[in-house]
Amino acid sequence: MLASTIGQQLVNGLTLGGMYALIALGYTLVYGIMLMINFAHSEMFMSGAYVGLFTLQLLTNQTIITNAAKVLPFMSGMQSARVFFTGSGFGLFICFVIVFGVAMVAVGFMGVLIERFAYRPLRHAPRLAPLISAIGVSIFLQNAVLLWIDSKAIPFPKVMPVHDIKLGGGVSISTLQILILVTTLVLLACLDTFVARTKIGKAMRATSQDREAAGLMGIDINSVIALAFFIGPALGAVAGVFAGMYYGSVSFSMGFLPGIKSFTAAVIGGIGNLRGAILGGFALGIIESLAAGFLSSGYKDVVAFAILILVLIFRPGGLLGESVVEKV
Amino acid sequence: MLKVNDIHTFYGQIEALKGISLEVQEGEIVTLIGANGAGKSTTLKTISGALAPKHGSIEFEGGIISGMPIHKVTQKGVIQVPEGRRIFARMTVTENLEMGAFLRSDKDGIKDDMDRVFEMFPRLRERAGQKGGTLSGGEQQMLAMARGIMARPKLLMLDEPSMGLAPVIVELIFETIVELNKSGSTILLVEQNAAMALAIADRGYVLETGTIKLTGPGKDLLQNEEVRKAYLGET
Ligand SMILES: Nc1ncnc2c1ncn2[C@@H]1O[C@H](COP(=O)(O)OP(=O)(O)OP(=O)(O)O)[C@@H](O)[C@H]1O
Ligand SMILES: [Mg+2]
Repeated sequence: MLASTIGQQLVNGLTLGGMYALIALGYTLVYGIMLMINFAHSEMFMSGAYVGLFTLQLLTNQTIITNAAKVLPFMSGMQSARVFFTGSGFGLFICFVIVFGVAMVAVGFMGVLIERFAYRPLRHAPRLAPLISAIGVSIFLQNAVLLWIDSKAIPFPKVMPVHDIKLGGGVSISTLQILILVTTLVLLACLDTFVARTKIGKAMRATSQDREAAGLMGIDINSVIALAFFIGPALGAVAGVFAGMYYGSVSFSMGFLPGIKSFTAAVIGGIGNLRGAILGGFALGIIESLAAGFLSSGYKDVVAFAILILVLIFRPGGLLGESVVEKV
Repeated sequence: MLKVNDIHTFYGQIEALKGISLEVQEGEIVTLIGANGAGKSTTLKTISGALAPKHGSIEFEGGIISGMPIHKVTQKGVIQVPEGRRIFARMTVTENLEMGAFLRSDKDGIKDDMDRVFEMFPRLRERAGQKGGTLSGGEQQMLAMARGIMARPKLLMLDEPSMGLAPVIVELIFETIVELNKSGSTILLVEQNAAMALAIADRGYVLETGTIKLTGPGKDLLQNEEVRKAYLGET
């Protein structure tokens, strides 16, 4: 009984942790380069879920968002091949690729635009200014969705056959959980490789370590910043679509809690540190799930933030916080 | 090659450069000396585009570069090795060198230059996989110079490359500068170590509180009484 609860909560925690990790990366990427907390990032997660819904509606001709045509006029009268929805197999795979691809690209560009118009003009302003601007963007986006799309939660359609696979010992994992975990791990591995090995990835690291020196290398700082503001939101959008599928509904306020949790995960891992964000995400997801399993689900948020406080007291730099002392 | 015309650079309300004009011809070593706070670093930063002059202009190879963003100036071949090394502390020595070659895409050439800087500074080869932040001060300075060389600069601007280093290393740094110059790089050198800088320089400029006080061939400045008193510690 005990072992099976632990096992099951580990599986659930890994799934949740994967989503936290995807979102946390966005906070940490931007912080690493701009030393700024992008409070609008939770809305990138939320926007990803909505873009996912819009795309699904287009692909499947289902009416998911009732006034979609009002928001995006081109959607009225658009018909698409139902071939994408054969229930499973290749059609479903293509459908996923398109839904996630569109969500990533659309929300990625949203991130770039937000940086360009809401943060860049404030780059030389006191540090509080972009922070407040970010909160403004967050409120704006939530209310735009509330006003133009729906104030109520929208059910996320079942897009794939979900069934449980027994792992033994009373523990099971659902096909959706497998999808979430595998996709997350692939994306994390891609990002890690990109930053560690490619020239642009290295330029991002250089910029986060010393912006002016990076400029002296010929690195265009604005491009690097724009790239960080594309990648972070794109990953957040993936988590948003997954959250919609996993919890079965999408609403304008869905970003808030996962947003602060993922920010917590980024801080636990050591903000600015990419692997730290991943570690923090998974750690938080697992601890939270265990707390939900053993105490009660009401305690999971309490436990999450208690851990944040403990980490801040005992390891203020986070678990993987910078240990290299910089010499002058 | 480089022509700085009467630049005025401000930090907020403070006028750090009050009309600086100087010139560097292709193939020269030109040095900029002056006391702390005279505006030497500010001059280099204004040339490299890290700061924008309020008045005046800067020409490089006949084109105006003042007002350009820093990475565009770098693209022109004007490379600044900044004061205090500013190496990427959490990247390896090799990665730092790769960043120096960021604008280049000639893989073979980059590899050749990497070998070349490793020959100049064998210490760096030994520490190729080590994080920049863990190097000693002298090694960091070698890395900063090597990183500048990796860009194949037309004009290499060095800001106090000998600061805080042991005499042997200072010697090595100056030898490297002369060698680089012989192999075709034009050099603009900012130094506290006026005696050594003037000894290797074709020409020198003496800066004082944001203006140029004296200029002339390096050897002449070395003999100049004012310079000897103020910067070479003679009485
Ligand atoms: N970021 C800054 N903000 C305000 N004032 C500055 C700034 N940087 C430099 N200054 C001022 O501009 C003047 C010139 O500084 P600069 O760094 O160019 O001097 P320097 O000749 O390089 O001196 P050193 O030999 O100490 O490096 C100084 O009076 C300095 O206080
Ligand atoms: Mg200086």
